[in-house]
Amino acid sequence: MELILVNLIDGLVTGLLLFMLSAGLTLIFSMMGVLNFAHASFYMLGAYFAYQISIALGFWVGLLVAPLIVGVLGAGVERYGLRRVHQYGHVPELIFTFGLALLIEELVQFVWGKNQMPYNIPEVLNFTAFSIAGNSIPAYKIFMIFTSVAIFIGLLYILTKTRIGMIIQAALSYPRTVESLGHNVPLIFMGVFGVGTALAGVGGGIAGPVLGTFPGMAFVLGSIVFLTIVIGGLGSLWGALVASLLIGWITTFAKSYNLAMSDILMRLAYRPPKI
Amino acid sequence: MKKMVKLGVVSTLSLVIGASAAFAENIKIAFIDPLSGPFASTGTNGLHQFEFAADHMVNEKGGVLGGTNFEIVAFDNKISPKESLIQLQVAIDQGIRYIAQGNSSGVANALTEAIAKHNRRNPDSRVLFLNYAAVDPALTNDKCNFWHFRFDANADIKMDALTDVMSADESLKKVYIIGQDYSFGKAVAAAAVSNLTDKRPDVEIVGNELHPIGKVKDFTPYSRKIVASEADAVITGNWGADMLGLGKSLIENGYDGPIFTYYAAGSGITAAFGDTAKGRIRLISQGAINPIGSDTARETYNAFKVKYPEGNIDQSRIFNVIGMLSTAIEAAGTADDVVAVASQLEGMEYDSMWGTKLFMRPQDHQIIQNLNVGVHTNDDVEFDYDNSGYGIVTESTVEMASMDSPTTCKMKRP
Repeated sequence: MELILVNLIDGLVTGLLLFMLSAGLTLIFSMMGVLNFAHASFYMLGAYFAYQISIALGFWVGLLVAPLIVGVLGAGVERYGLRRVHQYGHVPELIFTFGLALLIEELVQFVWGKNQMPYNIPEVLNFTAFSIAGNSIPAYKIFMIFTSVAIFIGLLYILTKTRIGMIIQAALSYPRTVESLGHNVPLIFMGVFGVGTALAGVGGGIAGPVLGTFPGMAFVLGSIVFLTIVIGGLGSLWGALVASLLIGWITTFAKSYNLAMSDILMRLAYRPPKI
Repeated sequence: MKKMVKLGVVSTLSLVIGASAAFAENIKIAFIDPLSGPFASTGTNGLHQFEFAADHMVNEKGGVLGGTNFEIVAFDNKISPKESLIQLQVAIDQGIRYIAQGNSSGVANALTEAIAKHNRRNPDSRVLFLNYAAVDPALTNDKCNFWHFRFDANADIKMDALTDVMSADESLKKVYIIGQDYSFGKAVAAAAVSNLTDKRPDVEIVGNELHPIGKVKDFTPYSRKIVASEADAVITGNWGADMLGLGKSLIENGYDGPIFTYYAAGSGITAAFGDTAKGRIRLISQGAINPIGSDTARETYNAFKVKYPEGNIDQSRIFNVIGMLSTAIEAAGTADDVVAVASQLEGMEYDSMWGTKLFMRPQDHQIIQNLNVGVHTNDDVEFDYDNSGYGIVTESTVEMASMDSPTTCKMKRP
């Protein structure tokens, strides 16, 4: 029983982390209609930048500054890369982001090498918050939960309650009308792309110390993020949240219980044929 | 202009001839291991240790056979058995007689077969296989041959020594085994189960599990299971990101026993574990680094750090390969007749500077040596890994581990 509670918390952490990536990706998709294959690479860049800055200026500065750099990089990619490729259609866009993902991975290996980076949890948060039946819940996980929930609420508030949010939502559905009303739609697109990648950067900065900072980290997470936004319905923020949590809990429970398909079938009175 | 070109061609040509004439003097060792792709750092680190060992132990001391130098020729096999066979052929065509390889037992299995075949068909250009790290037990059992020499303890020997140390702890009651889902992970698990049930029938194996290799993002659920099983010790053969992920997650989520490992050091792992894993990670390895085996070893390690400030000597056996090979060539009086050299290597006893005696068992060409179980710490560390201040300090030693272990090898000698 206690283990179920512990797994619920672990799954929540995994799910919220996934959400930080899928939120940006789903926004970018609904806006530009392009699947950004390089999205997980921005997550990796977030982790590496945060690590590099944390050496000089401490963990918190790293966590604040790294997403900004990643966001600016993302905006630059949209402005000077994707926008140019856009006129040739979706396939070149896909190929462009795919190539970018490979390029970023090679660049990271070139600059930081192939080894694991010693990016660690800050001292302030390096303690056990509480424990349930011998299973300790690290304070850092609680911090991860609060940060991602805060980001979700902030994002939801901006998108639904503020003027900027309304313009973004309008630009998603009727870009021409919004443009003729005097708004700079390409700038909005660039901004959303920047914020989306910055969110991935935050995810990287937060997850790096727990899941490891190494050149394969984008590859490990990349495929599951696409899965998330497809399950959640492409372009839906709420959908992304529900799908992320669902996947978080399913993966956690699946690893925790040694349950095989054959066991389930045996329970249902199925017997294997005798050979 | 035309004259210039002619002059250029002539001088280049003479340079080439001159150079090859000079190189012909060297005894070449082909190093066939990954130098690109995901395992490039492991391969490159090994290559540096080979080059340094050849220079430091042989060339700077006047060479062998009265002045002949060792030369390491690097071949990139991209850790693919198929590519390795191509590189082996290239090496043989260049007249190289000694092949060194270590990363991946899959590659080693392919190479040892190909080399046996080549030597049978071409008695004039036979080659020797110096295996410095591929630990699949089959290589010195069912698949053994006269041309293959293993300078690392195989997976069974390592587990035998590891469980010797573990069994000495009377308070040990429950053990959890976890590893990557492929041949090596399975071999480690099987060896752990058979050794533990043999030595400590009272110890309960509370978990024996394989996870996908290189695909797990978060090891937390595995750690929860291990904590819930109330295991006193965890055994794992994990390496790379899987090792770091499992170790970190275990420690963070409240597991407080030791973690017994094969490969939890170097390549950034030691630095990344840092303080969190102090006194928790145990590692089975050969060669004493902390405390260092001898003054010669200390001087060698310091010289290595001068040349490669970012590097680690995490495969001290590479120095044993060079040392034993040069001794064998010296004793045989020739480097070209590999049968004579192999006969010298067989049964050779050699004092390693890393503080152990080495014995190349003649019946299966498996090296027998002292194995150390060390702990990850920053106390009394003279030579750290990854310049992190942390290193592996020897806690216990198994003398000449598995000296009398059985082998199924039936070696045919030429």
